[in-house]
Amino acid sequence: MAAFLDRSHSIAGPGFSRWLVPPAALCIHLCIGQAYAFSVFNKPLAQLLCAAQHACPDPKTAGAIISATPGDWTIANLGWIFSLAIVFLGLSAAVFGRWVERVGPRMSMFAAALLFCGGLLVAALGVSIHNLPVVFLGYGVIGGCGLGIGYISPVSTLIKWFPDRPGLATGTAIMGFGGGALIGAPLAVALMRYFTTPTSNGVAATMLTMGIVYFIWMIVGVFIVRVPAAGWAPAGYVPPTAASKLITNRNVVLGQALKTPQFYLLWLVLFLNVTAGIGVLGQASLMIQEMFGVTAVAAAGFVGLMSIFNMGGRIFWASMSDFMGRKTTYIIFFVLGTVLYFLVPTFGHMGSIALFVIAFLIIISMYGGGFATIPAYLKDLFGGVNVGAIHGAVLTAWSAAGIAGPALINYIRQYQLAAGVPKADAYSVTMYIMAGLLVVGLICNLAIRAVNERYYLQGTAAEAAG
Amino acid sequence: MARTDVSTPDAANTPKLIAAWLFVGIPLLFGVFDTLRNALKLFQ
Repeated sequence: MAAFLDRSHSIAGPGFSRWLVPPAALCIHLCIGQAYAFSVFNKPLAQLLCAAQHACPDPKTAGAIISATPGDWTIANLGWIFSLAIVFLGLSAAVFGRWVERVGPRMSMFAAALLFCGGLLVAALGVSIHNLPVVFLGYGVIGGCGLGIGYISPVSTLIKWFPDRPGLATGTAIMGFGGGALIGAPLAVALMRYFTTPTSNGVAATMLTMGIVYFIWMIVGVFIVRVPAAGWAPAGYVPPTAASKLITNRNVVLGQALKTPQFYLLWLVLFLNVTAGIGVLGQASLMIQEMFGVTAVAAAGFVGLMSIFNMGGRIFWASMSDFMGRKTTYIIFFVLGTVLYFLVPTFGHMGSIALFVIAFLIIISMYGGGFATIPAYLKDLFGGVNVGAIHGAVLTAWSAAGIAGPALINYIRQYQLAAGVPKADAYSVTMYIMAGLLVVGLICNLAIRAVNERYYLQGTAAEAAG
Repeated sequence: MARTDVSTPDAANTPKLIAAWLFVGIPLLFGVFDTLRNALKLFQ
């Protein structure tokens, strides 16, 4: 088994089609992207005890009341499950990045399947014994590590298979992470409906089933994935003989990359782009209801549309970056994002729900695009040899943004409401602050230059890497 | 060292390619369709 998973046993033979690698990567990313749909479990998790006692409030008459039985978990506490998962995503991607590079995609994708699906099983156990720390450990910590390793495991392999279109390749995989919610949410809802009994709302059985189904799905990706043989190149591909301004044909290893200002500028670029997006992503439903008075059902439709644009933006913007260049792509994100965030309060005052929706769909497409374009940006600046490990280290920006974004938007909103600002206007300041964050991101992006000569691999090390 | 070896995929890969893309594409398309169906409620 260990031999099968080894990098040396996953080298593609002659005639292998590189177009088999993106679906292998999607097998992983579509599964771990379920994390974005974790909120479908929140309400059932908050009603485990009342469901067991057959005493949950009627949703038609109970309004916003969710937790009704003493001892049931609160929504606020349940929110930590997703937060923990995102924090451990970033940490594990950073810590295990070098290991992922060393062992190759097959072993690391297998580890991701074990951790993510094992995390679901442990969380199911925690739900069945009604022990929240066990759920935190299962989905948040173990599952979160699976998220991080799974997220980065196919990236450097895809870049090696698609040296001519790295944006398209990594965008396809990372699109899967956005698309995972579109599958995970209806699957979880259908399974919970199937497993509901008079004394259970079926959450534990649903998590158990999803853990098994996702494991099988991810293992298919493990079987498909291959690494290219040394010296392989796609037909017709001519490697650049001289590096362009921001695209190197040499390599920087992780340890050296961490000493460069480019690494920290890109960290900030990702952090600011994600902070601005993740804050509104979590608040979109409430925001459209309070600004335009739409129903909760219609607001859920808006959130669904945002999920599709979050997914579509990943492949669209990353593919476009192959033609426009990564720096230009991020300039568009930051300039267009700033303009749109400034305009959102005006659209609210105008009462134009159509313009509001369009603005947010574009913003969220650029949020997804930011994730999908960063691996190719890293490859351009640092070369392909250690890009998986460097990408893993940069993903700590996601963990930080996962805490900063929602906290910032919630805090500002609470402050506004306490100051007597009407609910419909309480988001204006938030939007202006998000626009300000994007301006800082623009400055960071504009400051990025080619990596200094002294950080590149030199001599025999560079030849071995090449 | 510049990469110089080039290989062309086999035609025998086609069934594998179709199967692999369907394996990930069908659930994804189902998810997009289901989400769009729910999103229509925004415009009702």
